[in-house]
Amino acid sequence: MSEVLSLYVTGFLTYILPPVIVVSIVFFIGKWKAQGLAKQTSTAANAAGLHSRPPYHGAFLALVSFLPAVLVFLTWSIAEGPVIKGMVNNTLPASVTKLDQGKQDLITSVIGTIENGLNKLDQKELDLLKSASKGDQAAVPVEPETVRKLFESKNIILADNPEPYLLAAALKSRDLVQFSTYGKYIAFVLISIAAFLFAYSSIKLRLRARNGVETIIRWFLILASVIAIVTTFGIVFSVLFETINFFQIIPPSNFFFGTVWDPRFGWGATGGDGNFGQYGFLPLLWGTLYISIVALLVAVPIGLFSAIYMSEYAGPKLRSIAKPALEILAGIPTIVYGFFALVTVGPFFRDAGAVVGLEINASSVLTAGFVMGIMIIPFISSLSDDIINAVPQSLREGSLGLGSTKSETVTKVVLPAALPGLVGAVMLAASRAIGETMIVVLAAGIAAKLHMNPFDALTTITVKIVNQLTGDHEFGSPETLVAFALGLSLFVITLMLNVYALYIVRKYREQYD
Amino acid sequence: MVATHVVESKAPMLEQTNDLAEAETTNVEPAEKSTKITSEDVCVYYGEKQALFGIDLEIPENSVTSLIGPSGCGKSTYLRCINRMNDVIDICRVTGTIKIDGKDIYDPSLDVVELRARIGMVFQKPNPFPKSIYDNIAYGPRIHGLTSNKAELDELVENSLIKAGLWNEVKDRLSGPGTGLSGGQQQRLCIARAIATKPEVILMDEPCSALDPIATATIEELIDELRSNYTIVIVTHSMQQAARVSQRTAFFHLGKIIEEGETTQIFTNPQNEKTQDYITGRFG
Ligand SMILES: Nc1ncnc2c1ncn2[C@@H]1O[C@H](COP(=O)(O)OP(=O)(O)OP(=O)(O)O)[C@@H](O)[C@H]1O
Ligand SMILES: [Mg+2]
Repeated sequence: MSEVLSLYVTGFLTYILPPVIVVSIVFFIGKWKAQGLAKQTSTAANAAGLHSRPPYHGAFLALVSFLPAVLVFLTWSIAEGPVIKGMVNNTLPASVTKLDQGKQDLITSVIGTIENGLNKLDQKELDLLKSASKGDQAAVPVEPETVRKLFESKNIILADNPEPYLLAAALKSRDLVQFSTYGKYIAFVLISIAAFLFAYSSIKLRLRARNGVETIIRWFLILASVIAIVTTFGIVFSVLFETINFFQIIPPSNFFFGTVWDPRFGWGATGGDGNFGQYGFLPLLWGTLYISIVALLVAVPIGLFSAIYMSEYAGPKLRSIAKPALEILAGIPTIVYGFFALVTVGPFFRDAGAVVGLEINASSVLTAGFVMGIMIIPFISSLSDDIINAVPQSLREGSLGLGSTKSETVTKVVLPAALPGLVGAVMLAASRAIGETMIVVLAAGIAAKLHMNPFDALTTITVKIVNQLTGDHEFGSPETLVAFALGLSLFVITLMLNVYALYIVRKYREQYD
Repeated sequence: MVATHVVESKAPMLEQTNDLAEAETTNVEPAEKSTKITSEDVCVYYGEKQALFGIDLEIPENSVTSLIGPSGCGKSTYLRCINRMNDVIDICRVTGTIKIDGKDIYDPSLDVVELRARIGMVFQKPNPFPKSIYDNIAYGPRIHGLTSNKAELDELVENSLIKAGLWNEVKDRLSGPGTGLSGGQQQRLCIARAIATKPEVILMDEPCSALDPIATATIEELIDELRSNYTIVIVTHSMQQAARVSQRTAFFHLGKIIEEGETTQIFTNPQNEKTQDYITGRFG
């Protein structure tokens, strides 16, 4: 415990504190210089004093001094890996570079291992290896066997005796990394100093430090948003790309209009009978929709009625207790709902069915839909609660003032007014149900069928995605790639639902604002 | 400056009230009307903050009583006590007694819904339901089953809209949304909605604040007409309006009634200096 603590403390002392101190010092240098300038001129009745207040000059100085250096440092750190790898690969003999990609990757990883080992050797051993690999005639030639033994003594296990060219490449790589690391730090220091001198000399009375700082802050925020957006698009495009790969093997019409889900091994070009089986999307879509509808049948009435109670009937005290309690449901991880369904609800329905003579599968549409419904109750109730609360109080008073009862007011005025928003809330909940995975994986079953029986098992898009990816399939095979096609379809469905729901919710908001 | 203004504006105002007084006498009504609403020592608290301090007021039947006073003095609060609309505000607490026809309306055995059906209210801010114009008016009659068929309901809606002076503007768009009307039209829609349920008492909180002079005149005519059958309490910021339409006036100030009496007396011969100052526009 105390060791971990001391690790954090030393980490803080070496990596966090010094930069903070240096940056603060620079900040104050800027501030003081600006204050000094201001003082000199205040006596010389100069109408145009300091443009920006001194702290802005300090911030300006600190930002301009270190930002370029930090950017260079980061770019360098990102670029150095690939660059060094390229340089090392150039030193490999032609026999290696002709090999296929997989084997080359293997060699690169062996070089990496050797390089790691080198860092554990002491200087003498290192010199020995260095002289050997340079082919220095004067030195004692080192057998690959000896090298392996040497490494073994340092707990670095090599599969084979390393070829001399591997050792040479590892040594070269190590040198380059060291060189690059020094270079990186030196560049950081030099650029910082240069930028500091430049920025310091540019602190003048009329320097628009405030605008400069604002601009830098704005770019920083833009950068953060760009990163968020770019990653989203990156994910979508990579899924799209794999989906296109899938559709090159399985025609889209077989996927979108197929009614049978039966993926099979088929080796295609590399052998087998070339029969990949059938990838009909419809049974999965049906299962997804069916289970979601059951979930909504459970969640919408309960969620909506509890929201109406909370917002229209409950007193402030009850509301302050019951609302958070209901929202705790939303905090339960879905895997917990999943095994609740598997262990409790499924067997319960099965036994209950047996009592009345119904044959209910332990994993069934009913079980999965019911538990999923419970999961989305808090979602619907808290959204509906907000929407109902947004209906102006004056409408309620208008209705009550005409002598209508509370429930007349709710059903005739409040709910109609809130209806578009409530529809939006239900659709947001539906898109959650459609994308839900853990509950259906555990409770819905894996049978991709097209049937109406709520007591029988069905499967969903998400379940099949999990199945296809966790199986032991080759990555390029349609069996795996279909997961991307499924994922993309799911994404499109929920996206459309969400967009439409948000559109409705927003339109409704405008009515009162 | 102030003085001249007062003199100018007072003269026509007084003429008007005298006209009304004459009109009243020609109607041959009993001189002493029976009391419809009696308030005794009414205090209202919003949480810790007290908004009304011991209000005693008698509101006569089949007449118009106006409540005047500077903003925030508690006129709306008092009005909302009469139909127990303050019940819907969680933090609001009312003490004292209010009797309508001699019955305590804060009596636990009383049915609030029935009470509110007997007491119509026009709110300070127009609050049409997000329904069609027709459905807005028909809302109350439908709930209380006032009409037995569609034709009767149509007629009731039309009559209410005519009385509120809105019929000509909306007769072609009865199925259009009530929220699509202008602010003043919405206000008249709410007035029509309130009278459609045929209440005994009508509470009006600044019903003409968003209306132009012509629409205001229509509403004032309506009030005058309703007076023979209904008890009306109106909050207004317009001294002229109070003088024109009401028989009695109560002047509120900082949560208390400073002065209350015959409208003519309040406006011609106020007993309290504050009332004098307020109606002559010296403060408020
Ligand atoms: N819902 C409420 N919660 C808390 N305080 C309130 C509430 N409604 C009114 N008040 C307070 O009660 C006092 C009286 O308000 P009220 O609305 O009755 O004034 P008013 O005479 O109608 O004013 P105006 O002429 O501006 O409409 C004010 O001080 C106000 O701040
Ligand atoms: Mg008011």
